[in-house]
Amino acid sequence: MGENGDISLRVLLADLHIHTCLSPCATLDMTPCKIVKAALKKRLDIIGITDHNSAENTAAVMAAARGTGLTVIPGMEITTSEEVHIIGLFEDIDGALAMQTLVYDRLQPGENDEDLFGMQVVANEFDEVEGMNTRLLIGATRMHIDQVIDGIHHMKGLAVAAHIDREAFSVLGQLGFIPEYLNLDALEISRRMTLGQGRRLFSHIEGFPFITSSDAHDLEDIGTRPTAFRMAGSELPELGYALKGTGGRGIEY
Amino acid sequence: MTLREIVEKLQLTVTTGAGLLDREVKGGYVSDLMSDVMANAGEGALWVTLQIHQNIVAVAVMKSLAGIVLINGRVPEPETVQKAEAEGIPILVTDMPAFELAGRLFALGVSGG
Repeated sequence: MGENGDISLRVLLADLHIHTCLSPCATLDMTPCKIVKAALKKRLDIIGITDHNSAENTAAVMAAARGTGLTVIPGMEITTSEEVHIIGLFEDIDGALAMQTLVYDRLQPGENDEDLFGMQVVANEFDEVEGMNTRLLIGATRMHIDQVIDGIHHMKGLAVAAHIDREAFSVLGQLGFIPEYLNLDALEISRRMTLGQGRRLFSHIEGFPFITSSDAHDLEDIGTRPTAFRMAGSELPELGYALKGTGGRGIEY
Repeated sequence: MTLREIVEKLQLTVTTGAGLLDREVKGGYVSDLMSDVMANAGEGALWVTLQIHQNIVAVAVMKSLAGIVLINGRVPEPETVQKAEAEGIPILVTDMPAFELAGRLFALGVSGG
């Protein structure tokens, strides 16, 4: 289906920022099957799996969702060298893993300390533990924010500035303002406020679409502040068209 | 120099770790990037920052820092206070900006590290 072709649009509910048990700060309950179950219960159509600096659990969540009608977008929440969190969302697992290679090669050296930061559990689609990721996923990469965004686009992904209303790890908190040259596809408002409140609060920022997501670190958070997109399908390119408002697509609320 | 001497001489407010002020301060480090502190701060250093997120406590534990000073009158988040009490990390607060605080620490004999 083409960008401007004969399309039938529908409204799909998406929560594009969800952590799994791989993120040291997420609860161990955030396993693939449980995440899928919680997302279906909240009537979400699309979820994004975005662990810190890793996409190792995305394939398991995609597999756990197979046949349920839920679309799982493989992603990653990347920490730039300025300590800004950028969400990368990818068309398929290959794109996510290619980005992961880029990130792992530039990740701050060191091993995760489970007592300090939490466990980094790699799980399979049956919620079984496959092993522990020992990298310092909570650390930063050596990539500048524009390099991270370019990298995501190079892998045909979408780049979203995470929780811009928060001070910690946000583009506004770390850089003070959003440089014009940043090729971001969207700005994310955290679940602390509605999309409307976020748009009003940041009305001085022009040229970027706003979305809201849960940034879920435990099961109850999933779907607490989803974005409804008007789109022709649940694949990533459609999401890109909806962010741009192409061919009648757009953000409903 | 101990934390207690620094607290008294610079009139810092003790938010957490009031029982840990006999700790020796072996140097000072000023940074607002966690990754920078993880990579470069020395053991026993007093960390001067404006970050109030709970991750500062984990970083301080990881690097065995003497304590943290928040500048410009910034107040730690409730989770940060909780974590600092649990992990035994003193958090001190001052109205001074970082530049002035670092200068006064240096004048007291605390050097970079």
